[in-house]
Amino acid sequence: MMTRGMFETYFLPGVWITIQVTLYSALMAAVIAFVIGTMRTSQLWIVRFISGTYFEIFRGMSALVFMFWLVFSLPLIFQWQLVPMFAGVLAMGLTYGAYGSEIVRGALAAVPVAQREAGLALGFSRFDRLRRIEIPQAWPEMVPPLNNLLIELLKCTALVSTITVADMTFAGNLVRIGESESAPIYTLLLVVYFVMAFIITRGMRVVERQAKAGIGQAPPRTSFWEKLSLREPGGEGTTGAPSKIGGAQ
Amino acid sequence: MNWEWDAVQDFMPLFWDGLWVTLKATFWGTVIAFVLGLIWAIAQRSPFRWVRWPVNAITEFIRNTPLLVQLFFLFYVLPEWGPSWSPLTTGIVGLGVHFSTYTAEVYRAGIEGVPVGQWEAAKALSLSRVRTWAVVILPQAIRRITPALGNYVIAMLKDSPMIAIIGALDMLGQAEV
Repeated sequence: MMTRGMFETYFLPGVWITIQVTLYSALMAAVIAFVIGTMRTSQLWIVRFISGTYFEIFRGMSALVFMFWLVFSLPLIFQWQLVPMFAGVLAMGLTYGAYGSEIVRGALAAVPVAQREAGLALGFSRFDRLRRIEIPQAWPEMVPPLNNLLIELLKCTALVSTITVADMTFAGNLVRIGESESAPIYTLLLVVYFVMAFIITRGMRVVERQAKAGIGQAPPRTSFWEKLSLREPGGEGTTGAPSKIGGAQ
Repeated sequence: MNWEWDAVQDFMPLFWDGLWVTLKATFWGTVIAFVLGLIWAIAQRSPFRWVRWPVNAITEFIRNTPLLVQLFFLFYVLPEWGPSWSPLTTGIVGLGVHFSTYTAEVYRAGIEGVPVGQWEAAKALSLSRVRTWAVVILPQAIRRITPALGNYVIAMLKDSPMIAIIGALDMLGQAEV
């Protein structure tokens, strides 16, 4: 079994590194997702073209290979090197930012055209229209898919262990080598990742409820089992009850 | 050290071998994911709750834990209990099982998208359960989910490099001995 010393010296700092990597790359991905996502709804074809190119390139790349490229190829080409943790955050931020931009674009496109026209009629600038009209209405639509993306990002952080960032998985491997026992440590790892994903989902449910309340929609109703589930409620299935839109909070 | 294109030409044969392994892993991973995903999806609609609950719990757990750690688990823990697979086999099984929980969700959406009238019609024609699934429901469900399944094939292609990690560790392990 893992001794207490090993747990405190290796595993706990690893958990903290995993949390940090998740947080930083999530922040970076969020910024990129909003910038690229709104650029892709632009009227100018050149802006759409640039953001579309970014999206296609980073959606089609394996995050793991990109990480390896940043750590092992970049120093050869440009003669300078990134800190491994920053390379991991950069790779995941760019990749997941591309995925996120598609969510942002889809949610912005789902805002009724009349809202945009009303903004135009009232003389709002393009930026004010986005900030005060379109994004507040698109935001509740974005939260559930962004939650899925965040969990995928959390799982993706296990990859940084392969570029020598001492995250939870890295610590797990160290302890495994030290103890020459695999089953308990990997089971613990899987459980800790699961618990983290669960906490993220619960947090995002709260965000979703507040976002919906913010524009006067009723919060989603969930049964007990749906509450325990990590899956997002209300897929495109026909069996679910129609959602109440516009109900008073 | 510099970037040299000559070196690229030297490793091209090795690269083609690797490409073939990637395609093989993706192909067999896809087969496992599609078949196992269908089994999960049908089991989740089982009338017996002691089938539904364990299946739900297992798929939720697999979906929410990293593929890399699952591969480590398969590669290092499974031999303690019996089967000892090569890194490639472990990788294929790992990829297939991990993505089967995603395809299960896609199948579920497709099955729920089949109008209730189709189920009722099958019942009215007194088709057996197997025939209802095989002849009426699944052909309609699979037709509408093919694009979504394609997304996961691409995701699998991009995640297949993770097999290299356990392969490399395997080689390191041999060197230690």
